[in-house]
Amino acid sequence: MGITFRKETFRDDFTFKNSPEHIRRFPFPFNEDAYMYAVNIEPHVVGPKGSVLENLIDVDEHYVAEMQDRALVLAEDPLRCQSLPHMTLAGWDLLELLMEQQALGYPEHFTLERNGDRWRWINRPLGIDDTFTFGDTSTLPYGPMEYITRQSQGDFCILDQRDGNLWMDAGMVTTQADWSLDFDIGMNFFEWHAPVPLAHEKGIFTRALKFLTNIQQGKPARRLNWTMTINPRLDTSPENYHKWGPDRATVTPENVGDKVHLRVELQSFWRLPRSNGIVFPIRCYLIKMDELVTQPKWARRLHRVIRDLPEELATYKGLTRYRPTLVEWLSKLDDGSPTSSGFGPD
Amino acid sequence: MAAKTIISRPIYGTLSPQPGKHHLFIADAEGALAITDMAGKAPPGFFDGAEIVFIPGPEGKHIAALEALKPAQLHLPPSFASLLPRLRQTLTNAHMGLRLYLAGTEGLIGQAMQAALEAGIDHTSMQTEHRGSLARRMQCVHCKGITENVTTQPALCAHCGLLLLVRDHYSRRLAAFQGVCINAEDRSEIPPMEEAFP
Repeated sequence: MGITFRKETFRDDFTFKNSPEHIRRFPFPFNEDAYMYAVNIEPHVVGPKGSVLENLIDVDEHYVAEMQDRALVLAEDPLRCQSLPHMTLAGWDLLELLMEQQALGYPEHFTLERNGDRWRWINRPLGIDDTFTFGDTSTLPYGPMEYITRQSQGDFCILDQRDGNLWMDAGMVTTQADWSLDFDIGMNFFEWHAPVPLAHEKGIFTRALKFLTNIQQGKPARRLNWTMTINPRLDTSPENYHKWGPDRATVTPENVGDKVHLRVELQSFWRLPRSNGIVFPIRCYLIKMDELVTQPKWARRLHRVIRDLPEELATYKGLTRYRPTLVEWLSKLDDGSPTSSGFGPD
Repeated sequence: MAAKTIISRPIYGTLSPQPGKHHLFIADAEGALAITDMAGKAPPGFFDGAEIVFIPGPEGKHIAALEALKPAQLHLPPSFASLLPRLRQTLTNAHMGLRLYLAGTEGLIGQAMQAALEAGIDHTSMQTEHRGSLARRMQCVHCKGITENVTTQPALCAHCGLLLLVRDHYSRRLAAFQGVCINAEDRSEIPPMEEAFP
């Protein structure tokens, strides 16, 4: 039995929703009642059945709709997908990784047949059946990175490793939490993280870089990050900030549950075999407050986290304008009782 | 000297004579003084293998001081845009050992560095010294247009007209600071425009 893909939108009428099963599997990012940066990196190994970690590359009920939204973003702004000239080999590495993982986890939806360099890729949800020569860009309708990331949920950054640093030299970025690939492409690890407050002083990026440059092939790692988004909008790019920014002023006590979404990024890090690059998928999960608070533990905990968040972080994450309204709304669901440890719902 | 703020923001040094036979200086306005100050520390004959490219600006100052250094070549283009085709050729044909010295406004340093990076020269092998105006070159993240000589905070995008917060986040590839709409959430909020980068 395969996934039933939802017909839904991430713009205009915003019909995106999570099914009850998808609410339960949501990767809630807080394992205690407070939040501060940490180098929260762990091995990216398969997790429990029914969780977003059941497969290392997760495909869910939003797959088809997300790919349709990506195509719309790229049609409006092709600069969301860029690859510096030396990154083509890494693009082929990524194509192999994503085809293998999707075919492995979801054989009813994806099939990869290999005959030497002659590969056949069948993507049933998107109606694709292509045969091509691995390594020969002229046999695909797009470059290898663009081709496969038009068929894979999440943003993808490909990092070149040289001079003891990681360089953001290619990417497909259409569902980003307010950073610009077009501006940051070509930057090193410290430069593209430059605007993040507090974390540099804590040495977070120095330690994270050390960890990432040592990632071994076949031993990927992961971490969670989070922010909040008004309306289930995937494309919260700085490019379009003047279009979606006004949404933040529309939150009222009456519509909090429907409009305010927790946005969680499952970031994973994989060594690529031929190019020795690192691919960094940033998989975005959205859940509206009405859905999230169906799990009482999450409601209590989110209230405490948002209420106590340091001001710099609230500003950086863009919560300032609606934080009081959100905290007030969540406070009614927090009776002060303790929450169990761990991320999952009770 | 601009204060250090965030990590992507360039840090400039002080020009110092590097070993080698081929030296290319690119400067504008007060950047000429960085070259003449450095000349005092240079060994005899240093400028025999030097080309100085100087964009003097409307007041035409400092030209005589640079002539007095007797460089192998002194080129005085009227603007960076007019210099660019020649500069690209110079960098493409440059000897492996070419030493690059950039001095003057941030906009000049950034754009000259951008041309050098495109020619395959590593940014850490260039000497830079900031002199004169703190005016910024800004890319509007929304319409992608570049606005030159931004001195205010916030600043108007010369292309799409949005009111932009001029961030410290800097791209060497674009030779520009990032501008992001400052009142996107409520366009009726119009913060006062102040001279921030004189």
